[in-house]
Amino acid sequence: MAYILIFITAIFVNNIVLSQFLGICPFLGVSKKVDTALGMGAAVAFVLTLATIVTYLIQVYVLETLHLEYLQTIAFILVIAALVQMVEIVLKKVSPALYQALGVFLPLITTNCCILGVAILVAQGTYNSQGLEPNLLTGVVYAISTALGFALALVIFAGIREHLSMSNIPRGMQGMAIALVTAGLLAMAFMGFSGVDSGLAKALGL
Amino acid sequence: MNSIRVLWNGVIKENPTFVLLLGMCPTLGTTSSALNGMSMGLATMAVLVFSNLIISLIKNLIPDMVRIPSFIVVIASLVTILQMLIKAFAPDIDKSLGLFIPLIVVNCIILGRAEAFAAKNGPVSSVMDGIGMGLGFTLGLTLLGATRELLGTGKIFSFGVFPENYGALVFVLAPGAFICLGYLIAIINKIKG
Amino acid sequence: MKKLESTWYNMAVVLTLIAIVAGAALAYVNSLTEGPIKAIAKANEAAAIKAVLCADDVSVKDTKTIGEGDAAATVYLTDKGAAVKTSDPGNRSFGGGLVIMVGLDNEFHVLGYSILTSNETPGLGAKAGEWFQKDGKGSIIGKTAGGLMVSKDGGEIDAITASTITSRAFLNAVNNAQAAFMAVKGQSDMTGATSLNDKNVRKEVCDE
Repeated sequence: MAYILIFITAIFVNNIVLSQFLGICPFLGVSKKVDTALGMGAAVAFVLTLATIVTYLIQVYVLETLHLEYLQTIAFILVIAALVQMVEIVLKKVSPALYQALGVFLPLITTNCCILGVAILVAQGTYNSQGLEPNLLTGVVYAISTALGFALALVIFAGIREHLSMSNIPRGMQGMAIALVTAGLLAMAFMGFSGVDSGLAKALGL
Repeated sequence: MNSIRVLWNGVIKENPTFVLLLGMCPTLGTTSSALNGMSMGLATMAVLVFSNLIISLIKNLIPDMVRIPSFIVVIASLVTILQMLIKAFAPDIDKSLGLFIPLIVVNCIILGRAEAFAAKNGPVSSVMDGIGMGLGFTLGLTLLGATRELLGTGKIFSFGVFPENYGALVFVLAPGAFICLGYLIAIINKIKG
Repeated sequence: MKKLESTWYNMAVVLTLIAIVAGAALAYVNSLTEGPIKAIAKANEAAAIKAVLCADDVSVKDTKTIGEGDAAATVYLTDKGAAVKTSDPGNRSFGGGLVIMVGLDNEFHVLGYSILTSNETPGLGAKAGEWFQKDGKGSIIGKTAGGLMVSKDGGEIDAITASTITSRAFLNAVNNAQAAFMAVKGQSDMTGATSLNDKNVRKEVCDE
């Protein structure tokens, strides 16, 4: 049951973009159309899950066993960069259809800080694991939920921006200014979920 | 290009926060107060200056095809060094910035300037570019942090300006970050005409 | 100087060299900062123990860790009482990851507390740092830890305005500290630890 709680908390209560401020660049950059937002969301979900698994294993079996924790940042970013490249190559060979859909977004993902951020959080075990021992399984559940939260925020935001582009906006507010204010309102809406997690914990009898 | 103009370019004309909109995650995530915003800005500036310097010095030794991975290694090492120094000598900053310190690695400003400026220019103007861009970023973060702190708690740099009861807490929380930055950009757009 | 060609040989050599230099630089800085980082952690801990026990001079006699997962607590047995470092079991705080240190005397009266880590909302839940102190509105100082509850749940402690969740989690952690101390107390000799009721104790230090 605690896994359900991790899932819901990461998507709604502590949404990675709207309350943790990770992954803002793609959130603002790739959110003009719902279609591209969906593609980006899917690509991030895919890479984030994979990257979390690989970096967790590296942290536990390489860095911690050799006492090289100080190489964490450097190792993780290289692994993520290499992983993104590999996913791109493999996708191109194995599933051209999927590659067509996600390919454009893959190179952008390396510098998406939500990937490195989540990888570090999971490796350190400092995310909200709802009372479970932080391990690979809870880490992966957390990563998938986070990625879904990212995709959700991105798609909702893209939907709003599609409508926004048809309205009459004062000149100074055009472009990024109105987008940021909209994101602020969206973040406010997501704040409505705060407290849901503890209520739910009670309901689930945890 | 003369050094002063490079500096000016970073601080005002291509201000990374308000004009180029780079490095948005730390910009929004660490500016709950003016002091936090400034520390983040200075930390980023330190990495930026050194990465620009090192990359401009070794640019001819790096074959084109491995340019990006080499830059990433240099930047990640500098960030890790900075992180260790902050942990050892300024633990309070480490507490308030937390996860955002290692995330300086993926701040687009740093790789962006390495690629667009340091890889093509000499060490002196690269350092100037780093200082300029870093100052611009610091300025942006401090301004945003001060605005949020003032509106949210009635203080600037923890110095009371108006009574705390008048603070609108939402500006310290997540939504306030987006909204403040949005309006600051709108104001700057207006001024630039 | 001419730019190096992108041959396999050049690329491999350059990348390896950069990796070696970077690794060496990091190892060097790590060896430099490892000491200070540990010293700071230790100093922080010592300062927190002193603060929660309201004493200037505390000597730690024994350190015991008890419980598992997020109910784990570290109990520092000292000559001035016990300082217990604990989180709130079940992780029910608003932002998660609440860790506090509580000072308890031999009869489980709260001598003091300090918030070590918290992710509570700035301006609301984050007020916990002062709210439950001696002059705070929901003071727990001098109260007997164990069954502390917010008034909403039938207890006697006033919750932080608009932050009942944080308050519940905080008191939960305080109660866990008591449980941990009680468990440790069963196992070890606590002569020398004092009670708040002893008039000769650091009352004056606390009141200052």
